[in-house]
Amino acid sequence: MTTTYDVHAPEFMTGDEFQIPTFRLLQQDGTLFEGAEAPELDEEKALKIYRAMLVTRVLDERMMAAQRQGRLSFYMQCTGEEAAVIGATAALDDADMIMAQYREQGALVYRGFSYDEFMNQLFGNELDYGKGRQMPIHYGSRKLHYMTISSPLATQIPQATGYAYGQKLAGEGHCTITFFGEGAASEGDFHAALNMASVHKVPVIFFCRNNGYAISTPASEQFAADGIAPRAFGYRMHVIRVDGNDVLAVYRATQEARKIAVEMNQPVLIEAMTYRLAAHSSSDDPSGYRSRKEEEAWREKDPILRMQRWMIDRGWWSEEQEKSLQESLRREVLETMKRAEKRPPPPLDSLVTDVYADVTPALQRQLDALKTHIRRHPDAYPRGARSLDPDVSVDTTDTKASEEQGGA
Amino acid sequence: MPKMNMLQAINNALDIAMAEDEKVLCFGEDVGVFGGVFRATSHLQEKYGRDRCFNTPLVEQGIIGFANGLAAQGSVPVAEIQFADYIFPAFDQIVNETAKFRFRSGDLFNVGGLTIRTPYGGGISGGLYHSQSPEAYFAHTPGLKVVVPRNPYQAKGLLLSAIRDPDPVVFFEPKRLYRASVGEVPEEDFQLPIGEAEVIKEGSDITVLGWGAQMEVIDHAVELAEKEGISCEVIDLRTILPWDEDTVAESVLKTGRLVITHEAPRTGGFAGEIAATVQERCFLYLESPIERVTGLDTPFPLTLEKEYLPDHLKIFEAIKASVAF
Repeated sequence: MTTTYDVHAPEFMTGDEFQIPTFRLLQQDGTLFEGAEAPELDEEKALKIYRAMLVTRVLDERMMAAQRQGRLSFYMQCTGEEAAVIGATAALDDADMIMAQYREQGALVYRGFSYDEFMNQLFGNELDYGKGRQMPIHYGSRKLHYMTISSPLATQIPQATGYAYGQKLAGEGHCTITFFGEGAASEGDFHAALNMASVHKVPVIFFCRNNGYAISTPASEQFAADGIAPRAFGYRMHVIRVDGNDVLAVYRATQEARKIAVEMNQPVLIEAMTYRLAAHSSSDDPSGYRSRKEEEAWREKDPILRMQRWMIDRGWWSEEQEKSLQESLRREVLETMKRAEKRPPPPLDSLVTDVYADVTPALQRQLDALKTHIRRHPDAYPRGARSLDPDVSVDTTDTKASEEQGGA
Repeated sequence: MPKMNMLQAINNALDIAMAEDEKVLCFGEDVGVFGGVFRATSHLQEKYGRDRCFNTPLVEQGIIGFANGLAAQGSVPVAEIQFADYIFPAFDQIVNETAKFRFRSGDLFNVGGLTIRTPYGGGISGGLYHSQSPEAYFAHTPGLKVVVPRNPYQAKGLLLSAIRDPDPVVFFEPKRLYRASVGEVPEEDFQLPIGEAEVIKEGSDITVLGWGAQMEVIDHAVELAEKEGISCEVIDLRTILPWDEDTVAESVLKTGRLVITHEAPRTGGFAGEIAATVQERCFLYLESPIERVTGLDTPFPLTLEKEYLPDHLKIFEAIKASVAF
């Protein structure tokens, strides 16, 4: 309930009365802040997190290069935000649902999405779970509890509230985390989602990657207040602001947030302060709206470098290991890419399947007409008459079945 | 068989669906203890608890976003939008998300459990924002099913089908008939098919086609026409998307004439889609131009509502004109 007290002269407030601190544990040199305590994290798990960060970085760099070579239609990097995304994912149960925006491939890496699975989606080939229908980076995995990405911003945020409400009723102790940028938080769906989550006491974690920019729009033109975190007060929601380049702080904060969500059935907002080191996407050039100096200052705060120093300090990692892992990752990514880009696209019939659970008579007529047309003009279409031959393409229902088995 | 009005039939369908499957949830604005502004969800909270029948904050995009998430999780949400006029804030969630969920994920995820119920239509002095018939906006969206019942029996049978259908359904309820339409409705569970039109009355001179509340208006018009010796075949489309082209084409191949009527404005209205399809499939059999009797291309007016609406006299005149062509 709203608590009020009376005053008898006009008294306006702006919220500047509240200062939200930033939770930080790890300094850039790899040592902890004085008085800070590292979260419980054994060597095996720390290595898994670090490895996922490195894989994400290498994958991003290699695939952006592939886009520049014209081998890929589109790409988006997670660069600079690996600690935020992967640190949060590592703090969850592997069966918790992740509903992401598009810059969270690190979460999939951490949960074990293979290079092949990434590449099949990026190239939209016959093995892509999404059957080549969506743009690159719109990944999804049922077995890894990673909801398929869609382009409209913030739509997944109220969906996460609904998904988590279902999890609460199911009573299996799971929650949903939803990632979004500070730009997406300006959408109406953000407000709808947070308000409903608080009113209905839903186990959901709202994870905002505040990276300073929404394409070219700086945060100063996105909101007037102190970031996204203060908005939680208006919904009476638990909130924490964390250094998004500090993997230990993100991990710890998300662990605690998960407890609040699952044990108290309360939503939590986490605002991770970070920086989008790369361009918004392969279609963007940031030099038009921000300075190299600013970028350089943030490169100094590289989240991977920070964790690497902490790992080396503890004797859990070495420069030699770093070098050999980077080399083998690059080789693996390249080999997988070559394999994926050679694979044929999904069969023509997949144009009309999954619109509905069953193909409607009208859609079947449209497909038949298209086939007749392609038979008449086979040279005008990339795959020609081959797309009409069902034996040429692999049945994608097999890959789906195997994915589901893999998750069982 | 007991008599029910349309609201009682809808309430009864929701009751049956919730009793049968605990994954069925009803929510929306004022849906909880109050039972909805039209009382379609009366006593459901009392019977099934606050977890399964509840009020939401006043935010349509949130209601449908929440419902999409619930459906993706495996629940069976029946979300209510208080008036179809207020479904537009949720248009993005419905068109970009609900409709495309299964397709874009390659069937890894779907929101097939979702049903969106919403009262639509004029004739109740509702003015601009309590009268609209927005079905044509949704008919342009692959992945959705759009259903409109015409009486209590249909409302129950079609709603139970919608809730159990493997695809998301937008269910438009003709609110003018909520209490006005009373009829026999079986107490037990039954379903009516989605995607199938119903030939209500056979005839040989002309086909008259509509859906929802307009079917009652068609009945009056047809009565007048039959007195003048015109034999009308009357079809209730029932499902706007995917619509039953075969039944309509078969009828027009027989009668050679077609009048389509809906309350929504003419330009871009669903009658245009039907007319184009019928002329493709029945070109050599058409004996007169296809007539459309619709609302005007204006916002829905208050004081001049009776003049605006495609009433029985306007349909009667269209039937006569078509036969005399």
